[in-house]
Amino acid sequence: MVRNFPPDFVVRVDKEACINCLRCTRECPFGVHEYDKEKKKWKRHHEKCVACLRCAYMCPTQAISIERSPMEYSPHPVWTNKVRKDIKTQAETGSVILTAMGNELPYLNYFDHLVLDACQVTNPSIDPLREPMELRTYLGRKPEKVDLEEYDGVELKTKIAPNLKLETPIMFAHMSYGSISIEAQLSMARAAKEVGTYMGTGEGGMHRDLYPYADHIITQVASGRFAVHEEYLKRGAAIEIKIGQGAKPGIGGHLPGTKVTAEISETRMIPEGSDAISPAPHHDIYSIEDLSRLIYALKEATRYRKPVFVKIAAVHNVAPIAVGIIRAGADAVVLDGFRGGTGAAPQVHRDHHGIPIEAAIASVDQRLREEGIRHWGSIIASGGIRSSADVAKAIALGADAVYIGTAALIALGCTVCKKCYTGKCPWGIATQVPELRKRLNPDEGARRAANLLKAWSHELKEILGALGLNSIESLRGNRDRLRGVGLSDVDLEVLGVKPAGR
Amino acid sequence: MKFSESNLRGDSMAATLEKARVSREGEFVVIDAKGMHYRELNELIVRVIEEGAKKLKLINVNGQRFIADGLRGDYYIEIYGVAGDDLAAFANGPTIVVYGDVQDGAGNTMNAGKIIVHGNGTDIIGHSMRGGKIFVRGHVGYRVGIHMKEYREQVPVLVIGGTAGDFLGEYMAGGRIIILGLERLETYPEIVGDWLATGIHGGAIYLRDTIEEDKLGYGAKFEELTDEDYAFLRREIEEFCSYFGGNAEEIMKAKFTKVVPLSHRPFAAMYSDSKEAGH
Repeated sequence: MVRNFPPDFVVRVDKEACINCLRCTRECPFGVHEYDKEKKKWKRHHEKCVACLRCAYMCPTQAISIERSPMEYSPHPVWTNKVRKDIKTQAETGSVILTAMGNELPYLNYFDHLVLDACQVTNPSIDPLREPMELRTYLGRKPEKVDLEEYDGVELKTKIAPNLKLETPIMFAHMSYGSISIEAQLSMARAAKEVGTYMGTGEGGMHRDLYPYADHIITQVASGRFAVHEEYLKRGAAIEIKIGQGAKPGIGGHLPGTKVTAEISETRMIPEGSDAISPAPHHDIYSIEDLSRLIYALKEATRYRKPVFVKIAAVHNVAPIAVGIIRAGADAVVLDGFRGGTGAAPQVHRDHHGIPIEAAIASVDQRLREEGIRHWGSIIASGGIRSSADVAKAIALGADAVYIGTAALIALGCTVCKKCYTGKCPWGIATQVPELRKRLNPDEGARRAANLLKAWSHELKEILGALGLNSIESLRGNRDRLRGVGLSDVDLEVLGVKPAGR
Repeated sequence: MKFSESNLRGDSMAATLEKARVSREGEFVVIDAKGMHYRELNELIVRVIEEGAKKLKLINVNGQRFIADGLRGDYYIEIYGVAGDDLAAFANGPTIVVYGDVQDGAGNTMNAGKIIVHGNGTDIIGHSMRGGKIFVRGHVGYRVGIHMKEYREQVPVLVIGGTAGDFLGEYMAGGRIIILGLERLETYPEIVGDWLATGIHGGAIYLRDTIEEDKLGYGAKFEELTDEDYAFLRREIEEFCSYFGGNAEEIMKAKFTKVVPLSHRPFAAMYSDSKEAGH
C-alpha cells in the first residue's frame, strides 16, 4: 500500500553554499541528512525532520533552511492535515500516539484576554528605580494571628510553620532526571540558588551533582516512589507530593527501560533496563484522608522541618479538591493547568483533559477565601506561563507563586520541537546520550536561566510600579487590577474579573 | 520537660526519665503511650533516641500513627498494642517488633530494617518498599506489597503467615513476597484474593498453595520453582519460625506456586509516533 503521508517540513540546502563538511549529518539526531560517500550524493529525509533547527544553526555556511512542507492534503476544515496524519499513523502502528510539550489545540488562552491596570493622575505610580519594590514571597502555612512578647525587645511567641523564602515568585518546575539531562538540571539548580528561588527534582530522584544546591531544591514524591528515601526527603528544602500533571491528568507515567541507564538507575534506585512505571494513582491514597496520612508521614519523617506541597492537575472540580488538600495539611497546593508541558504524554490526554490554569487559580483562591482558610496554604500555579505578564496575571488571579518549565527549557536552548520523549534532544536538554548532552554547557545554561528570572523579576517590579503597588503581596488575588477583553459573562464570573470599561 | 538537641546521656537523660511517661527497664527505655497523641509520642521517641536510647519499648500503643517514620539506624523497638498507619514509613534500618496488629502502610517505602508483627496487618503493608523485611504472623488486607522494588543488593522480603487480600503485589517492580496461608479465614478460605500481581514487572511472589490462573492479573504468569527458590524459601521460613514458632520442615512440605512478570518492559509496544512509524 502506498504510504501517502506528506512530511511536516522540508529541508532546503543551498548547493552553492554547501561545502560537504557533513556537519549536518552529525548534528541531526533524527537522521535527516544522509551522504553517500561512494556516489557522492546527498539524501535528505524530509519526513524525519522535526524543525528543531539544529542543523541550520550549526551549518558553517548557513546553507540549510527548514520550511513548512508545501505539500499538504487538499484543505478541509474538519479533516485537517493533522487529523488525517494521526489516523494514518495509528492505522500503521495500532498504538497510542505519544507526544511532548504542552497542549496544542487552539483553546482560548485567558491570559491573552486579561489586561492589567495602571495608575493615572489620581493615584501615583511608583518608580522601582527610586523606591524599594518587594518581590519576596513566602510559601507555606501562615499563622491565624501573631502573638508577640515584649520585654527588652520584641519576641515572636507564635510558632511559624516552615515556609520557603523566594526572592522572586518564580520557580523552576519539576522536570525529572531521566526526562532531562543532569546538565539541564544543574543549570536550573545554579540559577535558582543565584536568584534565591527553587527548582523541583521531578520524580527521578536527586542526582549527587545537585547536592550542593539541595537547599534550593524541592524533592518530589510521586506514585512510583522512585528514589524516595529518608536522606532524599531530609536533603531538600521542601517536599512535593505529585498527584497529577497538567499535561496528562489522571494517568501515570512510564520511563521506558531503554532509558533507565546505570546513572538513572542509581538516582532512582531501581534496576537498570526495567520500565520505571508510575501508576496512575498512588496506591496508598484513595481519599483526602489517605492523602493527609502521606502528608503527615512525610512531615513526621522530616520532623516538621519541611513544607509539604501537593501538586494536582487542574481539573473540573479543582476548587473542592484543592480545599481538601489544604485541609489535609498541605502547606501549598500546586495547580498545573492543561497547557502544562511534559517530556512524554499520550497526545489524547495532553490535548483533551484538564482545564486552563487561569480558571483553576481563580476558583481555588475564591473557594479558599470563602472557607476562611486561604492563609493555611499557598497556591503555586503552573502550566503555560510564558512571560512576566503571565506571572503578574496569575498572581492577580490568586496565585502566590508560579512554576515555569517550558519557558526555562527555552532559555536553555530548547526550540519546542516536541520530541523530548525520543530521548534524542538536539539541544542536549531532554536526552541522556553523552554526545548530545555535551551540547548544553551548564555554566552557560545557568547564566541564561538566571537571566530569564532576573529579566522577568525586573519586569514584575515595573508592572507593580505601574499599578502603584510596592510589594507582590499586594497584587495577590487583587483581581480588581485585572479586566477581561473579549470574554463571556460566564468566563468573567469564573475568573472574578470585570470586563474592560467597567 | 527540658530536652537537648545533643546526644547527652547523663543529667539530661535523668531529667527525661523523671517524666512519668518514660522509664527504664534494663537496657530498654520504656514509653507509656496511653492516651498520647501520635505527634507527642513520636517526638518523645526521637528525643530519647537523641539522648542515647538504642532499645525502646512502647507500651499501651493504641493506633498512634507514623511511629519510627524516617528513622535511620539499627534501633530496636518493641511495640505493645496496635501500631497505627504508616509504621516505619521511609525507615532506614530499625528493627520493630509489634506484639499486636499493624494498620495500613506498615513499612511504606521502607529502605532498610525489619518489622515483625505478631498479629495481623491491614491494607498496603510494604507499599513501595525498597529494602528490609516484614514478617506478619497472621493475615494482611488489600493492596499489600504494591510497587515493591529492589535496587542492587537491596531485595525486600515480605512474609505473611496467613492470607492476603486482592491486588497483592500490583505493579511489583522487585522484591519477594511469600504467603504461607498457615491460617485461613472462614469467610474467604483462599490463600490470596483476586487481581494478583497486576502489572508486575519485577520480583516474585510465592504462594504456599495452588491457585486458579484466573486469579492472575494482567502481566503475571506462573513459573516452576527452582532449587534456588526452595533454598530461599527455606531460609525465610526458618526466620519466620524463629519469631513465631512452627516447624520450617513441615511448612516446606506443601506445594508452592511462584508468580513472576511476563516482561520487565510491559509498556514497550504501547506507543508510537509518526516519525517512528516509518512515515
